[in-house]
Parts: sequence; structure tokens; C-alpha cells
Amino acid sequence: MQTANLLPLVLVLAVVAYFLAHSRSRAVAEPIGGIRNLKSLPFYYAARASLWCAIPALLVLAAWAGFEAKVIQMIVIGSLPPELAPDSAGRASLLLSQISNIASGRLSPEFAPEGVVAAAELLETLRAQSKTFMTILVLLIAVLGASFAWTRVAPHINAREKVEKTLLRIFFVCAAIAILTTLGIVFSVIMETFRFFQQIPFWDFITGTSWSPQMALRADQVGAEGAFGVIPLFTGTLLISVIALLVAVPTGLLSAIYLSEYASKRVRSVAKPLLEMLAGVPTVVYGFFAALTVAPFIREFAEMIGLTASSQSALAAGLVMGIMIIPFISSLSDDVINAVPQTMRDGSLALGATQSETMKKVIFPAALPGIMGGILLAASRAIGETMIVVMAAGLAANLTVNPLDTVTTVTVQIVTLLVGDQEFDSPKTLSAFALGMLLFVVTLLLNVIALKVVRKYREQYD
Amino acid sequence: MTDQRSQADIVRRSLKKRYRKEKRFRAYGVLAVSIALGALVILFADIIGKGWTGFIKTTITLEVMLDGDSMYLDDPTDADQRAMADFSAPIIAALQKQLPEVLEAGELRQLNRLVGSYGSNDIRDLLRAQPELLNTSQTLTFLASDAVSVYVKHSDNPSYSIRLSEQQQHWVDQLLAKGVIETKFNNVFFTSGDSREPSNAGILGALVGSLLTLIVTLAIAFPVGVAAAIYLEEFAPQNKFTDFIEVNINNLAAVPSIIFGLLGLAVIINTFGMPRSVPVVGGLVLALMTLPTIIISSRAAIKSVPPSIREAAEGIGASKMQVVLHHVLPLAMPGMLTGSIIGMAQALGETAPLLLIGMVAFIVDVPDGFFSAATVLPVQIYLWASSAEQGFIELASAGIMILLTFLISMNALAIWLRKRLERRW
Repeated sequence: MQTANLLPLVLVLAVVAYFLAHSRSRAVAEPIGGIRNLKSLPFYYAARASLWCAIPALLVLAAWAGFEAKVIQMIVIGSLPPELAPDSAGRASLLLSQISNIASGRLSPEFAPEGVVAAAELLETLRAQSKTFMTILVLLIAVLGASFAWTRVAPHINAREKVEKTLLRIFFVCAAIAILTTLGIVFSVIMETFRFFQQIPFWDFITGTSWSPQMALRADQVGAEGAFGVIPLFTGTLLISVIALLVAVPTGLLSAIYLSEYASKRVRSVAKPLLEMLAGVPTVVYGFFAALTVAPFIREFAEMIGLTASSQSALAAGLVMGIMIIPFISSLSDDVINAVPQTMRDGSLALGATQSETMKKVIFPAALPGIMGGILLAASRAIGETMIVVMAAGLAANLTVNPLDTVTTVTVQIVTLLVGDQEFDSPKTLSAFALGMLLFVVTLLLNVIALKVVRKYREQYD
Repeated sequence: MTDQRSQADIVRRSLKKRYRKEKRFRAYGVLAVSIALGALVILFADIIGKGWTGFIKTTITLEVMLDGDSMYLDDPTDADQRAMADFSAPIIAALQKQLPEVLEAGELRQLNRLVGSYGSNDIRDLLRAQPELLNTSQTLTFLASDAVSVYVKHSDNPSYSIRLSEQQQHWVDQLLAKGVIETKFNNVFFTSGDSREPSNAGILGALVGSLLTLIVTLAIAFPVGVAAAIYLEEFAPQNKFTDFIEVNINNLAAVPSIIFGLLGLAVIINTFGMPRSVPVVGGLVLALMTLPTIIISSRAAIKSVPPSIREAAEGIGASKMQVVLHHVLPLAMPGMLTGSIIGMAQALGETAPLLLIGMVAFIVDVPDGFFSAATVLPVQIYLWASSAEQGFIELASAGIMILLTFLISMNALAIWLRKRLERRW
């Protein structure tokens, strides 16, 4: 049976277990004078039965579904005769797709070596066996669990305590998923990054000034020697991010000041949600806008004033990214400006300062650390932003600071390297993970610093 | 006295300048707000301007004689014959009847280009389904070819290049005047999957893919997020481990989305051997990505339930878990739902991580389950936007309009829920 069908089936079993245990608990309570003589309400006995029915079964199901494909692949590859046995991971994945294509009938067995056809048959049988075993095992565990809980429906057992303890554990596991996710991220990028640095020296990666991840397929190929220097990518990322911040910081900050200090209530109630709409627009939409509207416009405009602009200029991506970040900056600075105590504002105004003088000389300095924190957070957003640059920035890794030129970014390269076919033993694919690692570390650092700055500043006035 | 008066004089004299500065500062503020809102207006206007034509299709309606001889076909039920038959012949003949001056073979070939390349497939499918129609005359509506569609819809737009010859343009004008070529509401866009031909491409596949992915995301992220929030707000002991969890959640909220794609690729696909391009994996990745948002908003919702409620429930003997599940959770639910809807809107608009787990493939069929290859709305928009064929640009914009409609209604629903259900204590 399919995993997708087994899941609802287990849940149905759990519901059945619930009702059985519920009536059982009432039956048990009958001779001793009603349910008030039970340690817990019938609901808790029933809930306990369905937990016992569902949780172990679902855990087994998840584990089985998670490891099934990998284990079967290993057995199939292991069954190949020695002359067909793959010598590299890339070869193995090729063979596997050939085998599974034969097994599913998309590829005719006539064109494949005998060993592969046998492997395909093995794959078919293993898959079928695995399905049967899994179905039987999961259902058995579900029924066993429910029966165990059934025997535990007794007046002296406090089912409520047990149910609450289980729930608490479930809640804890859910909270710990955040840690698991972080670990998963670190694990996934570190493993591949490590393999990457076994082939390309770390120092070359960090200090290299040329990036062209194309590796030679044959030894005699000309000009296809991979170069993995990250500096052009980082300059490109920084260039676009700086342009974005140059747009977003003044606009966002001044909007926040205007909306919180000057605007009437009516203007604010209209303008603020509209500003937030900018934050809700998906990045692919900004990418579309940047690539098809802003970039051609900039190129034509530059030609008009006698400059040459690339059709995928850093300026276009940066400008549009700036628009995307405006609401981010404005809502963060709005928060910090509002956190400055009213007394400071009143004091300044009472001394005869105008509103703008109060803003510039009293509130802004007081709010500066918070605003800086906000800008750092925005910078980390800009560095990690993907779709706008994938669509509007180019692929050429130029080491330049000319905003009219094409540059490429870390995120663009990750996407280009990983979309399509991958070989997990070539530095070309692995370099994407090294870039991901770099991106993760940089954005993490920026966030940690920013959060610290913001928090420290907030404590000052509380 | 004189000293004070002169100071007052200084102040008075500088007053004009200071007020000017004040005005200027205010003007900067107005300018900043107008820049931001102007960008929003330009963005929307640009997309609507580029995309409204995506909702229009160009059709050619012809009286077609399904003549067996000209198609080299006498038994439409025979697959071998169907494979060899020339189904475009009746279309050319019908077009020629409309434009009697076309006689040469070369011109006829040009004429055939007016009808989309799927036109002959339409006739083949019709004959396969109803073999008795062979050698009868039928009124059929075909989709016009991409070039004709661009000419009809965008002949006055300089950013489109017209790829019809003078002769073909003349024919199209004639057929337009006769009412043979018409523009209609593009129902194809809503009822089919992707295609290599812009006029045959639709968004249904991506919509269904998005729906399946979001179902997985919601089914994972909502219960887990709420449970985590309950644990952290109500049960977690004050210790290093709890702090560590909180630090992790805050950091995950700020990790670039593409990193989650790397996680999905390395862990879910490579380590666990799950298939690529399927909604389950996409939903899983997006769930991990939206979890922090849901946890943070759920915690805020739990926090806003006043302690008096908890104390009252505890006072009549409820256990801690009963207090939480029977009293705190129902009261916090509106806030949690609002946060989850906003998280789902985020997930719906997300593209980058899905590119890495292979949901970027060209998929014609509408996905029919959680384990069938699929793409999602934003990725479909990305695919169309980066396609070389100019007819796809308007489809991408039209897709954006649909995506934005969904996002705006989800956010409106969240605001409405908050207004409707939230209680102030």
C-alpha cells in the first residue's frame, strides 16, 4: 500500500481505538458506580488509546518511508555483477536512473546489459516487498499499541497524567524541531563544503579573483579549467546590496519619520498598509519587474545620456531590491522611533525646538543604534535575496563596481549551479554548497550583531 | 535686559530659516512616502499593463471539410494511419476558401502558419474520438498561432516584434474583418498546464501544484508551530536549552530562503532519497521555512491571553495542560490563525528554495497527487518570464496577477479574522 494511503488508514485506526476505549472505560466504570469512580474521565482513556495506536505506527511509517528508497538503492547497486559495479557516485546515479527507467517500463530492456535488467527486476520485487512489509508492520504496530492501551483501561490508572505527559513530550519535540532544522542546515552545507575544500584549497576560494566553475569534461579540453575565486561574487553581491540600501535607507527612514511624527491619522491608516503591501509582494514579481521593465529602461536612459549600460545591470537589480526593502526599514525604524520616551520629545519641544530639530538632534541620535540594527538586518536580507538577482542580474562574474555593468551574486551562482543535473562529486556542484555556507555564515553574523544592537538599545529605556 | 532682548532678536531672526528647514524636512518625508507608494503604483500598473492581454486568446473559426482523401486517411480508428496522416490539409483548404487569391504552394505554407501548431492535433483528436465525422464538414475553432496572436494583440506596441510577413499581415487583417479571427476570453489559460506554445499554455497545473504544496506546508507547519509555541510559552523551564531553542528560532526566521533549498536538496532528497520536483518535498521545505513565523506569531497570541484566565481555571482545579488546551488555546486561536495565514502567504510566494529541489521542470500535466511532479505558481511565473518566446511575457504577468490576487485575499482574510475574532482584554 502507498505511504500516502497508509497515513489516513492509521489515523482512522486511531479514531476507532478512541471510540473502543471510550466505551470500554464506561463499561469498566459501570459495576463500580459510574465514571466518577474512575481515576480519569473516559476521554483520557480514549485519548491514550489513540495515542498508543497512532504514534508508534506513525514513527515506524516515517522511518520506513524515509529510508526505504536509499536502502533499496544500496541493495540494487550491490547486486550488480562486478564488471558493471559503478566506480563513482555520478556513475551510480546514472545506473540507478537507467535501472528505474527499465523497471517502470520507460526504457526497453533490450538496450541494457543483462546485469542491469536483472537489477531492474530486483528493484521491482524489492519495492513490492517493501510495500507489503511496511503495510503489515505499521498496521500491526497500530493494532498492538491500541490493544495495549485497551488493557490499561482500569479504574485505578490515571490516564490523564499519562496523556498529558505524552502531549508535553510531543510539544517539546515540536519546539526542538527548530534546533533540528538548524542542525540540518549546518550538516547539509558542511558535509558538501568539506568535500569541496578537499578538491579546491580554502585559500584559493576565499582570495581568488576569478570565478568560472566550468570544469573540463575531458583532459584535453581548452579553457575549461575551473576557477573558484569567490571575490567577484562577493563584490557583485555587495554592489547590488549597497545600491539597494542607498535606495531603501533614506526612503524607508524618512517615510517612517513622516508617518509617525507628521502624518495625520487618516493618512497613516492608508499609507502604512500600502507600504506593507510592498513587503508582501513575492520576490519573483520584483524580479519580473526588474528584468523586463526597469533594466530595459535603464539601458535606454543610459544610452540617451551617452553611457553604455548592460541589459542586466547591477543598478536595475539594486534599485528594485531597494524598493523591496523599504517597508522592512520603515517598520523597523518606526518601532525604534516610537520606543524613544515621550519625555525626551516633550523636553526638546518645550525648549522651543521645531519638530524637525527635535527629530534630528534628539530622537534620531537616541534611536540611532536601533536604526543601525535595522539596517544590518536589511543588509542581510539584501545579501540573501535570490529571485530578483536571478532574474535581473547576470551570470558573468565581473570584478567591477560600475553599477551599469553586469555582475553576478552568490545566490545567483547557487541557483545556476544546482538547477538541473548535479554531480555530487564534481567541485562545480559542491561549490554551490560552499557558497551556501558562506552565505549562511555572513547572514547569521549580520543577524546576530543586529539583534544584539537592537536588544541592547531597547533595554536602555525600559 | 539688553542682553536678553538681543538673544530674543537672534532667535526671531533665525526663526524664518528654521521654519524653512522644518518645511523642507517635512517635504522630504512626503517625498519618501510618495516614492515608496509611487513604486507600488508603477509596479502594479506595469504588471496589469503587460498582463491583461494574457487573459485574451486569438481564435480562428473555420468551416472545415474533413476530407479523407486530402488527409490520406480512410480509417481514423487505425493508429498507424493516424500517425501518417496529414491533418493540416483540411485547415489549409478551409483557409484558402476564405482567401481565394492564395494559390501558390509557398503561399499556402505561409497560410498554414496562421493556425497554431496544435491545430492539426485538434483535428486528429476529434477524429479519434468521433471517427464518423470523416468526410463531413464541421465548424471548428482553432487557436491562432503565436505570431498571429502577437500581431492581433500587440501590433501597436513597439516592444513586441511582429513576425508575420506583409502578406500574412494582410491576410490576418482580411480574416479579422470577416470575423474569422476573433479575440475571446482565454479559458485555455485557466484549464490547462504548461505548454511550449504560449497560446496553449495555462496556469492550472501550477495552481494545483501550489495548492498541493501549501496543503503539505500547512499540515506540517501549523500543528508543529502551535505545539512549539505552547511549549515555549507555557511549559519550558528557564534554562540554557530553552534559550538555545529560542536563539535558533530567531535565527531561522532571518536565514535566506535559498538556504532552506540547500537543506531540502542535501538532506531530504540526497540523504533520504525522496523524489525531486514533488509537492511533498516542496511542502516540507516551505514548512521548515515558515515555522519560525508561525511560532513567533503564535507565541505573541498566547502571551496576549491575560493571566486571570489561567488563574481562574487553575483555581477550580484544572491541570496545567487542561488550562492550556481548554482555555488559553481557544482564546489564542484567532491570533495563531492570522499568523499562519500570513506564513502561508509567504510560502505561496516563495520561489528560490523550490528551484533547488527541482520544482522548476517543464511539466505539461496537471499534477494529480502529492507524489507527482509539479511546479508552483511563482516558479511557473519565473519560467515564463525567462522564456525567449515573447508570448510568454503576457502569460507571466497574467500569472503574477493571479498570484497577487491570492496573496491579497489571504492577507485580507487574515486582517478580517483578526478584526472579527480578536478580543481586547
